[in-house]
Amino acid sequence: MKRLPYLSTVLLGTAVVLVGLVQFQSLPTTAAPAPDSVMLNGAGASFPYPIYAKWFSDYNKLHSDIQINYQSIGSGGGIRQLLSGTVDFGASDAPMTDQQLGEAKTKILHFPTVLGAVVPSYNIPGLSKELDFTPDVLADIFLGKISKWNDPAIAKSNQGVNLPATDIVVVHRSDASGTSFVWTDYLSKVSPEWESKVGRNIAVNWPVGLGGKGNEGVTGLVKQTPGAIGYIELLYALQNGVAFGRVRNSAGVFLKADLASVTAAATGFEKTIPADFRISITNAPGKASYPICSFTYLLIPTTFADAKKKQVVKNFLTWMLNDGQKDAEPLSYARLPKEVVARELKQISQIQ
Amino acid sequence: MAGIPIPTGRAAVNRRTSGLVQGLRSGDTFAHLFTLLCAASILLVTVALVHQLYINSALPRHKFGFHFLIGRTWDPVNGDFGALPFIYGTLITSALALLVAVPMGVGAAIFLSELAPPRISNAMTFVIELLAAVPSVIYGLLGIFILVPFLRQYGEPFLKRILGFLPLFQGPAYGVGMLAGGLVLAIMVVPFIISVSRDVLMAVPVEQREAALALGATKWESTWEVVVPYARIGIMASIFLSLARALGETMAVTMVIGGTPAISASLFAPGYSIAAVIADQFAEATGDLYIQTLIELGLVLFALTIVINGLARVFIISTTKKGSGH
Amino acid sequence: MGWRNFWRKLVNYVMFSLTGVCALVTVGVLFFILGYLLWHGGSSLSWTFLTHLPTPVGETGGGMANAIVGSAKLLLLASLLGIPIGFLGGVYLAEFGGQAFSSVVRYTADLLNGVPSIVMGIFAFAVVVLPMKHFSTLAGSLALGVMMIPIAVRSTEEALRTVPMMLREGALALGASKWKTIATVAVPAARKGIITGIVLDIARVAGETAPLLFTAFSNRFWSPGWNQPTASLPVMVYTYAISPYDDWHRQAWAAGLVLLTLVLVANVIARMSISGRTAHL
Repeated sequence: MKRLPYLSTVLLGTAVVLVGLVQFQSLPTTAAPAPDSVMLNGAGASFPYPIYAKWFSDYNKLHSDIQINYQSIGSGGGIRQLLSGTVDFGASDAPMTDQQLGEAKTKILHFPTVLGAVVPSYNIPGLSKELDFTPDVLADIFLGKISKWNDPAIAKSNQGVNLPATDIVVVHRSDASGTSFVWTDYLSKVSPEWESKVGRNIAVNWPVGLGGKGNEGVTGLVKQTPGAIGYIELLYALQNGVAFGRVRNSAGVFLKADLASVTAAATGFEKTIPADFRISITNAPGKASYPICSFTYLLIPTTFADAKKKQVVKNFLTWMLNDGQKDAEPLSYARLPKEVVARELKQISQIQ
Repeated sequence: MAGIPIPTGRAAVNRRTSGLVQGLRSGDTFAHLFTLLCAASILLVTVALVHQLYINSALPRHKFGFHFLIGRTWDPVNGDFGALPFIYGTLITSALALLVAVPMGVGAAIFLSELAPPRISNAMTFVIELLAAVPSVIYGLLGIFILVPFLRQYGEPFLKRILGFLPLFQGPAYGVGMLAGGLVLAIMVVPFIISVSRDVLMAVPVEQREAALALGATKWESTWEVVVPYARIGIMASIFLSLARALGETMAVTMVIGGTPAISASLFAPGYSIAAVIADQFAEATGDLYIQTLIELGLVLFALTIVINGLARVFIISTTKKGSGH
Repeated sequence: MGWRNFWRKLVNYVMFSLTGVCALVTVGVLFFILGYLLWHGGSSLSWTFLTHLPTPVGETGGGMANAIVGSAKLLLLASLLGIPIGFLGGVYLAEFGGQAFSSVVRYTADLLNGVPSIVMGIFAFAVVVLPMKHFSTLAGSLALGVMMIPIAVRSTEEALRTVPMMLREGALALGASKWKTIATVAVPAARKGIITGIVLDIARVAGETAPLLFTAFSNRFWSPGWNQPTASLPVMVYTYAISPYDDWHRQAWAAGLVLLTLVLVANVIARMSISGRTAHL
């Protein structure tokens, strides 16, 4: 028993040893950063997190002295941390509003990176067929007006499907989210009632439902809760084996989200994308367009205090627009249209 | 401890060492000052903390005033914020936690102090106190993967069948929600109740028990009607301390409460606690009003914990006075 | 009369059995937690886990080496910040303190101890992260260090108070100054209790997640120095647990096991070394 306090001192000593290891970074299987390495910190949208994670990891493998640490905390978080100056860059699916841009100390540039789709995913065990959703049904479910899966409104567009009599568990985001912005933007366009009651924003006053944190949290909740319906980015549904339905677009065609339908949605807007790239492409016209798509943006300040960081950012953006785009399709994101890429390459020069 | 019976010794020591031979004692003055500064740093930190919370919540305080505490909306779009759903969620989950933990904890404490042989009692208490050291996030982990599915599949449907006529047990069984939050808190709070209650029960003089037994009471009657009432103030203190702890618990509750700022009569419904909404939304609240409202919620929570802790202290002080008077 | 006595004996038996059940269930919960974590976490614990950095979602072979080291760094700096101040404050309360000031300090220490850790996080964010314009290990350590101070103060004070006055009087009678008495007689006599208090303090703070969420933030890479965000075990458990990826869930269990083991081992060692004395929570 007398030796025990000394054992605890040994524990403390182990901690010191571990810290010593940090200084030498000599654990065998990791790339130790070189003495003059650059570390960038970014945070924001969970929508593109799978591809950003891949990009930043691949970029680090190409340039072992550059570490870009990105945390998926939601678009609202990305914007907020960027405005506070606590991160070097942000990321968001929702373009920054004029008011937010006004709060920034320097000019912020929007760089679209990929296109993604938001899908209505659900968890209904034993369903015989995929579900078809009309815009009104989606709005009414999220308004709380439709509360059971075998409601006549749902059955109308799903003839012959064995809809159960279970309660609908709506899942939305508990954090401030660009994905929420895309979803509510779409619902506002197709449902006047939604627009007046709830509106479009990264965080709204949801009439019903459970809150999940990030695309990750919503996917998790839908996956674990029978009867749940939630809106998530396409890749999350695919990677996690969650079922999602077709949505009727503005031309009346029921479409499932995939590369073709997302790319088609972007094609319609090419002429109208403004100079600062802030645009909403939900409910796009065209028979082949999936109605709930969005660009997702990296939010880059135009002035950097650290010249090395600035150069890294510019190099990364160039790499992302040229080489990184090939990683998009395997992860079910759509590549940027060529004209957009060309314009963005020109925009990089605005970073002083 | 105040019970060390040499008060004059300490005073005598202090007299001896105060300012007598200044030259030799200058090291003492320095030590006195230095340690005084360290002790004062606690006051400094607390004042700084309250100051930061206060000045960084100026916007919502001026905009909403006291109406903040009873506002029900949480609308970041229109900048309309009210704290009531979070105060409600915090209080309900804590109340539920106490409802489950107090009978459990006091019962276990009675067993450990009255019935169990000393070695078993000490061993079990040791294990139970280890429960208090388990980090909150671990409870959250177990909550997500064990408690929530259990509640969703078996627990809540069962309660609905048996007690579904009460509004408390109506509505869809999500698994996550107030019930899950309350139960997780109960597990976290039980060790405190057991530990303090056991100490207090064991401090009850043997004569009390013997007197009751001499009058023909069963052991249970002696315990329940004499010993426990004697110790009730200490037990109350443990309950208040547990309540204070439950109010501020963040991670475990965040992970199972369902993330929805709503006030609902049903325990199955998802809700939000003050600590949980700050954890979820602080890193991303855009706009000064939003951030400062979350900070104001932190201030409200801080105030709640002060009040409850203060009440607990009052109980403890009166117990100590009562104890030493016998 | 016979019926009434039977009833009373029955109540006696039943009620005490119930209390026994309560105690057993509570004890059982701890073993259940340990067992479940060992089962689930143990299978995911591997050399890869302990030495690799996290990989992007969908790629296997990720680990939490940076989180383990990150937690160690956070705790080290937090201890350097919180323990000396707490220790010396406790010395003041036990050896020097005047009545009024000491009670105020004690009350405030208990108050600070009861502050929800998320509020500490807000404080550290406002005081360190915003001015520095950085999430950092430093900010996280500040939040944790401030949480350590009140516990260290109280445990040091209590440990010193158990040292009999006679020891101090002996030293003073031999002509030692007061600070020398404290340093060479009182503190060494109380060292067991003081060290135990420190170990418990560190263990308590090692599992805290909320104050790190917006101070140390998190990091997918190694965190060089003290100025960058850093991964930590509790935050990784949280992030991975609420994700939908099965691989991340497995890693969350493993990380939870590592964290719980460290915390419990420290607690068991500390408590066993002061056994015989009433343990304090």
